[in-house]
Amino acid sequence: MMEIRLQLSYSGFALDVDLHLPGRGVTALYGHSGSGKTTCLRCIAGLERAGDGFVRINDEVWQDSRSGLFVPPHQRPLGYVFQEASLFAHLSVRANLAFGLKRTPRAQRRVDMAQATELLGIGHLLERHPQHLSGGERQRIGIARALLTSPRLLLMDEPLAALDSQRKSEILPYLERLHDELDIPVLYVSHAQDEVARLADHIVLLSDGKALASGPIGVTLARLDLPLARGDEAGVVIDGVVTAYDAHYQLLTLQLPGSASTMRVAHAPLGVGQALRVKVQARDVSLSLQAEEHSSILNRLPVTVTEEIAADNSAHVLVRLDAGGTPLLARITRFSRDQLQLHPGQALWAQIKAVAVLA
Amino acid sequence: MPLSSADFSAIWLTIKLASLTTVILLVIGTPIALWLSRTRSWWRGPVGAIVALPLVLPPTVIGFYLLLSMGPNGYFGQFTQWLGLGTLTFSFAGLVIGSVIYSLPFVVQPLQNAFSAIGTRPLEVAATLRAGPWDTFFSVILPLARPGFVTASILGFAHTVGEFGVVLMIGGNIPDKTRVVSVQIYDHVEAMEYAQAHWLAGAMVVFAFFVLLALYSSRKTNMGWN
Repeated sequence: MMEIRLQLSYSGFALDVDLHLPGRGVTALYGHSGSGKTTCLRCIAGLERAGDGFVRINDEVWQDSRSGLFVPPHQRPLGYVFQEASLFAHLSVRANLAFGLKRTPRAQRRVDMAQATELLGIGHLLERHPQHLSGGERQRIGIARALLTSPRLLLMDEPLAALDSQRKSEILPYLERLHDELDIPVLYVSHAQDEVARLADHIVLLSDGKALASGPIGVTLARLDLPLARGDEAGVVIDGVVTAYDAHYQLLTLQLPGSASTMRVAHAPLGVGQALRVKVQARDVSLSLQAEEHSSILNRLPVTVTEEIAADNSAHVLVRLDAGGTPLLARITRFSRDQLQLHPGQALWAQIKAVAVLA
Repeated sequence: MPLSSADFSAIWLTIKLASLTTVILLVIGTPIALWLSRTRSWWRGPVGAIVALPLVLPPTVIGFYLLLSMGPNGYFGQFTQWLGLGTLTFSFAGLVIGSVIYSLPFVVQPLQNAFSAIGTRPLEVAATLRAGPWDTFFSVILPLARPGFVTASILGFAHTVGEFGVVLMIGGNIPDKTRVVSVQIYDHVEAMEYAQAHWLAGAMVVFAFFVLLALYSSRKTNMGWN
């Protein structure tokens, strides 16, 4: 578990958060610029000092302002990836990577040079100088450099924000491997919903220096009381488990978590039991009173209505549905809502037009 | 032989004074420059102004006050007498102190610019990579500020070599102790030994030219750092 309480204010901005976060997996700090995400991360790293703060990462306390404890950043076993890779200009790639590794006591090393360079695909760049690298390469080296200190917590401050979408998609697979292959908890600051949906297990929604919500990503994205649900991009993330593969039609069958319902997705073959994350956008879900057998729509799930709110425009409403334990969102017109006479508890069918595979 | 043994002795003394002054200035100028480039304290303005004073004051003004404070009745003079060192006026040690003050801005300002140009990010990166403050200074700040140190050393050395007013005020004109090249030239001129003054003065012009040439070409090649 991570316990993070921070209070800090300077002219025009105040940060006041009290977070309890899982001690493993990727936790996204998500919010608009100026919401306090980066300040939060800097306080956890000790690069900034919260006037009133308590930071506990698993069993280590890094700051407790009530007892005057403040561990300086260089004594905190963390890795930090900055938005710009910030490689040392006077050192080669190899020396940049070795900088933190050398300073990590041998007994604490769990990541070695070969593993880090392989994981981030940078083996061929070791003798180069940072000036002669592309933005994406620099950022991969920044990540490897942070990993080589064998951190007990990896802090990433919008590591993809300075990159164009091509470089971004070049790095995302490496971040996923990191998640899958190393057991290091990650705090990931981002304002990009697609990155968060793809990488995060847990999400903290920040706004004006306060945490509006903190919870598992599947549940939190489906909450109607948060601003996330109102936008055009609203949707849910589902971590399904592969139960079958239809080789003839090239369709995977995914079982939804905590539910008997399944979905079928066009995808390359995957072994039974493997996890696959998909995103279902609210605008791709339509509702009907009967199961429409005669339709090209592949995925029809029996659902019950849990609640409903107005969307960001008065023509639409957002409906939260329960698909046997898995929450879904549907963005439908107010007209259709009245036609169907929607009400909480009502059982109907959700037709899912598109399922995006995220990982 | 165009240069007399007195000339050589003045040259040697000048080199000794300028080298020692440069070393001392790098040691005390680095923390001052580091502080000036990082602090947000109210004292930044006043301290910066004091460091820059020798740029605008006539050397005789600096020399005059140094003479007073280092003399037998000055605070510093009484302190050195209490230590059993006597007074430092008209001594090589006094010249070193005067030169350090006189050349301070020529060392602090290039260093301060170099440190400011580095910014705080590399220091934060170093901290997150387990480097403590001293480690960061030697493994990150020093190499990144290398062009600044080169400039500061060259300017500190050359400016001390060019010193005249302060030397005359506090050091006088004692062979082997305080008679540096600039004073020796003055002596030659006073004694109407123009030929000898020419040799020394010409040597100074050549020296200054090559120092500045080294400075400007090193700046050019050092641009590659950033």
